[in-house]
Amino acid sequence: MGQQFDSATFGMWVFLLTEIMFFGGMFGAYTVYRSMYPEAFAATSNFMNPAFGAANTAVLIVSSLTMALAVRAAHLGHQKVLQMMLVFTMIFGAAFLVIKGFEYHEHWEQLKVPLFASHWAWDGPLAPPQYAHQAQILFIFYFFMTGFHALHMVVGLGIMTTIFVMARRGKFGPSYYTPVEVSGLYWHFVDIVWIFLFPLLYLIGHTKQLF
Amino acid sequence: MSTALQDPQTIETPNYLNAEYGWKSWLFTTDHKRIAVLYLISISVMFALGGVFAMLIRLELLTPPGDLFTSDTYNKIFTMHGIVMIFFFLIPSIPATFGNFLVPMMIGAKDLAFPRINLLSWYIYIAGALFALAAIVMGGVDTGWTFYTPFSTTYSNTFVITAAVGVFVAGFSSILTGLNFIVTIHKMRAPGMTWGRLPLFVWANYATALIQVLGTPVVAITLALVGLERAFHIGIFDPAIGGDPILFQHMFWFYSHPAVYIMILPGMGVISELVTCFSRKGIFGYSFIAGSSLGIAIIGFLVWGHHMFVTGMSMYAGLYFSLLTMFVAVPSAIKVFNWTATMFRGSISYDTPMLYAFGFIGLFTIGGLTGLFLGTLGMDVHLTDTYFVVAHFHYVMVGGMVVAYLGAMHFWWPKITGRMYPEGWGKFSALLVFVGFNLTFFPQFILGYLGQPRRYHAYAPEFQVLNVMSSAGASVLGLGFLIPLIYFLWSLKYGKKAGNNPWGAKGLEWTTQSPPTTFNFDETPIVTEEAYAYAKHEETHVG
Repeated sequence: MGQQFDSATFGMWVFLLTEIMFFGGMFGAYTVYRSMYPEAFAATSNFMNPAFGAANTAVLIVSSLTMALAVRAAHLGHQKVLQMMLVFTMIFGAAFLVIKGFEYHEHWEQLKVPLFASHWAWDGPLAPPQYAHQAQILFIFYFFMTGFHALHMVVGLGIMTTIFVMARRGKFGPSYYTPVEVSGLYWHFVDIVWIFLFPLLYLIGHTKQLF
Repeated sequence: MSTALQDPQTIETPNYLNAEYGWKSWLFTTDHKRIAVLYLISISVMFALGGVFAMLIRLELLTPPGDLFTSDTYNKIFTMHGIVMIFFFLIPSIPATFGNFLVPMMIGAKDLAFPRINLLSWYIYIAGALFALAAIVMGGVDTGWTFYTPFSTTYSNTFVITAAVGVFVAGFSSILTGLNFIVTIHKMRAPGMTWGRLPLFVWANYATALIQVLGTPVVAITLALVGLERAFHIGIFDPAIGGDPILFQHMFWFYSHPAVYIMILPGMGVISELVTCFSRKGIFGYSFIAGSSLGIAIIGFLVWGHHMFVTGMSMYAGLYFSLLTMFVAVPSAIKVFNWTATMFRGSISYDTPMLYAFGFIGLFTIGGLTGLFLGTLGMDVHLTDTYFVVAHFHYVMVGGMVVAYLGAMHFWWPKITGRMYPEGWGKFSALLVFVGFNLTFFPQFILGYLGQPRRYHAYAPEFQVLNVMSSAGASVLGLGFLIPLIYFLWSLKYGKKAGNNPWGAKGLEWTTQSPPTTFNFDETPIVTEEAYAYAKHEETHVG
């Protein structure tokens, strides 16, 4: 059993390594473009909503706390606490996606979704026209990076649901909590990707007021 | 009921093949050996498909004008040849078949760390292959297997997204196999099987797994971005909106160069096993060969720019990539020297697997050396995108990797199936492969040097003689592949039954019956000797 726990957690770490390389590819490409077009990228901050971003960051950090508490509860065999913490984690995860939904909607309304030609426009006092194309690139990265991240969140919610069902059936206790541990690792990883995404996408140009 | 004694020959000992019957017992298996057989069948099918495309290429190139296919069709043919051969044959090949079958046995384990993920990785491979087949059936892709932008994202009118999805999906199969091997080798070695006693085939698969895990996600995201760009008509790699097509090349080659080491390292692992067994000698320089596998994996991530020397990179970037390319050849050379030293004063037997090992050492050396030619900046300016490059990579991929694969097939076939193949036909086919291969690809070095570009369906008339030679060689090579297919299948029913260890080889896999039982070992083995502990023979002089 000990060997299986070791193997499972090691396997999850290796998988997370592949995820780092996956997101890393996008972060790398983003870095290349940002170093090529620093002013254009800074200009896009005017259209990002750091309030939403900050709220999402807070939500995810709290969800990681509840997840860690869930793992601890599994170690100790505190079934009620385990189930409660899993539910909170899922609520916060869902809250993240809801806030993201509002954000995407706002971008849609403001015509900042370059994926659809009908919903992209770069004009107005906050949008220096010479940066139009490069800003489009930034927004493409914004949607792809947050989109892949959100996809991973959805998968995470699916995993948590499964773990919750297993917990309700009393599968976990001090002698066996491997799935909880391994899911916790995954959840923390998804959280950490967001921690990197938030400053890189939202806080590029904001030197003064945030809200 | 008859009480007569049953002929001992007809009683089949229980093994992993007859443990359960029926399609469900195969499609829902978690036995690493059955999964290896599933992969063996699938990748053989894909190899045959890739071979059909190769045949069409060589047919077209029999004559200088582009008279068999239009240029668009020809573009599709070499693209599909590349995609099928690289992503659906070469990348999975040895790890998914022999790696899956042998790694657990070689370390004394009952199975891999995650048997269900192993089965999942086969299903994912099949799903990816179906997407690739769909792309072919719907009309093909014409971007080259390299998917260069902006042609692939904007201008191509073929099924780029379908093909990219196929490759993306197959990549996850590769990642999961690699993940499984890493955890298995770390956590499931039998007592006494220290890292320093691991067979070099295991070291090779470990190094390969590291590359699979680190590199494949990057090509995944790269192709995902290409697909998304194409689907939404937006541009990350589109110069019209400030995107950078060279960024695509950097991201693509960041995986695709290490990918070639995914393809060759397992083959090198096979050669270490073959050379020791058929020289009856311990490997020369065990730690150097093990370390060189890791060295190739690491340095292999640092050289991708040598595919891009003529894209306009700065002279200093070119200098750096060229220098590192020289370095990456060193660990490979160390292996070749060590295998040769292993054979020195060994007791050599010339069975079919050993013939393939000889072939590998010679052909891989030529392929590797010509890689150095290409890695030299000045020469590459003339040789890039010519047939010299095509010849180089076919020498390492076919002359190296496929030859090693065939060597592995002949060596471990008795273990996998419990049957021997006919040795005479084996030797004959090995000869056909060697002759056919050289006749096909050596002229291409000359053609490239003389200036024939790659990926063109027409060429200057003065190149015809060499092209005809190449196409003739391809027919011989094809025959060399076909004959083993026939006699391997024949041997399943009519081959001589193989015992536990027909080759007298060292290694835990040879201590079990052939074919092995489902759980490999009746008891967990305890390892007390080093790898390749062949007894040293006293030299005797007669007369």
